[in-house]
Amino acid sequence: MSDALVSPAVGGALWAAAAGTCAVAARRVERHGDERLVPLMGVLGAFVFACQMVNFAIPGTGSSGHLGGGLLLSILLGPDAALLALTSVLLVQALFFADGGLLALGCNVVNLGLFTSYLAYPLVFRPIAGAAPSRRRLIAACLAAGVVGLQLGAFGVVLETWASGISSLPFRSFVMLMLPIHLAIGVVEGVATAAVVLVVRRARPELAACAAGGGPRSLRSLRPVVVGLALAAVFTGGVGSWFASSRPDGLEWATAHAAQGEVAAQGGLHDVLARAQRAVALLPDYDFRAAAASEESAAPPRPAWPAPRVGTSVSGLLGAALTLALVALAIGGLRLLRRKSRPTR
Amino acid sequence: MSRIDAALAHLGSLDELAARDTPAARLDARAKVVATVAFVAVVASFGRLELFRLAPLALYPLALAALGDVPFRPLALRIALASPFALGVAALEPFLDRVTVFVLGGHAVTGGVLAFATILAKFALSLGAALVLVATTGFDAVCAALERLGAPRVLVAQLALTYRYLFVLADEAARTVRGYELRAPAGRPDLRTATALIGQLLVRALARAERVHAAMRCRGFDGRLRLRRSARPGGHDLAFALGVAALLVVARAVDVPRVLEGVLTGRGG
Repeated sequence: MSDALVSPAVGGALWAAAAGTCAVAARRVERHGDERLVPLMGVLGAFVFACQMVNFAIPGTGSSGHLGGGLLLSILLGPDAALLALTSVLLVQALFFADGGLLALGCNVVNLGLFTSYLAYPLVFRPIAGAAPSRRRLIAACLAAGVVGLQLGAFGVVLETWASGISSLPFRSFVMLMLPIHLAIGVVEGVATAAVVLVVRRARPELAACAAGGGPRSLRSLRPVVVGLALAAVFTGGVGSWFASSRPDGLEWATAHAAQGEVAAQGGLHDVLARAQRAVALLPDYDFRAAAASEESAAPPRPAWPAPRVGTSVSGLLGAALTLALVALAIGGLRLLRRKSRPTR
Repeated sequence: MSRIDAALAHLGSLDELAARDTPAARLDARAKVVATVAFVAVVASFGRLELFRLAPLALYPLALAALGDVPFRPLALRIALASPFALGVAALEPFLDRVTVFVLGGHAVTGGVLAFATILAKFALSLGAALVLVATTGFDAVCAALERLGAPRVLVAQLALTYRYLFVLADEAARTVRGYELRAPAGRPDLRTATALIGQLLVRALARAERVHAAMRCRGFDGRLRLRRSARPGGHDLAFALGVAALLVVARAVDVPRVLEGVLTGRGG
């Protein structure tokens, strides 16, 4: 998931969900009180990066892949610590590696962390693997959990993109594109995870034993999911709709700007959302983007702006160029000042 | 492989940039973290065709970079290196939305093309802001700021340690892969070999975690990581926060390019 595809309302809602889940997970790890876990989590977080450097050929496709590591962390650390470790990996990736982004961080924590740690691991992996899994059971459990985790994550990406309304990819074809690809990725992830766990079990049996033991806590570990999803819902309804209602077009409309192409771009998702929003609205006279735009198109164009017909005006381009020139000028001045004030060596 | 190598070299260089004493580095880390998050949210708040309205927002990352003496070229290079993902995401837009939005020099510009450019601009702005934040603050200071802003302590410790061991473990992985490549005739390992390599890495990582823990215990570790804290915020920090807030509010509320265009053409916006 990337910043460029997320709207503030969706990004904010998932940030709230991710933050709530992380807070619960952090409290549980702290209460657990095993300080050995702190360096272990740190080193394993770094390990996730390291194992992404080992590319392997995927049989039958000619392409290559690497281990994602979410499921592996859950197996080694348990869901709470795994979610925190994955969150820190994702934040470092967002800041340094340009994967994802700051606004999309919440989405990525939910898609890659929460689904694997709190749904796929306790509800799929643990029941299949049991307390002391045989080789075959371990592989089956990893395979199933890898597929389930990645399918949920892929579906999350599609839902978030669709709800943001930034990309014009149709929902159905996006689903048809994402899910089969991630089915294959999930199979590879599951098999590779199982193989790595088996290697560790051969080399250090005591570690694998401690990782597998932890008791069936599947019901208890569902709590963060419930907390996270509830927060997402509350946030979408509350702050999210505030954000959405302060969206550009509502504002632009209020200041009675004539819109050109924007009108043509409306409809589809935003109409659906607006209707849904009105049906379940907390604030009945809430004005959504598409509604504003359609009223706008019905209204006569402002006389102050010369005939803004769709398809003829380049309004804004010149202004943007001018703005950028001013920005460049300001930055140039700033840099010149800095160069002067810098101590000469 | 080479991608991560390059990214790691870049990672180290960002931290080196942040270690220098510049006006941007002296600003309170919390102010910069909050400003950057707000900036990214404002960038994202513009609609899919509002390319031109993003223009004034370029001021924030560029000004912070200028104040921090961060060279522009490596930043631009970094953003360009990361752009294939954004390009892939945006590439379908021109085919999906073929409604002409305006005509430029005899060529029809469709909504899809404009949306494509908007996605790329948003990507460059938000990534640029994140990179400049790290290049003017340093990762440890970002972690300390997060802790003071109320992030859970375990999570902050986790972040700081992940970053610290990133270089060590990535080096180890690079050596392992190089060792394999020197012995193997054909490029990439298959799944079985790769998992054996990863398993080895993991066993060594776990052993390292035990050694790290022992070393931390020797230095009196009690479950809490103590990060360096910056001084109290001063006048500069207030000025910075107000400046960023003013920029974001103006860019959000006023169509700056159109107003400027109105002034230039005398039509009035």
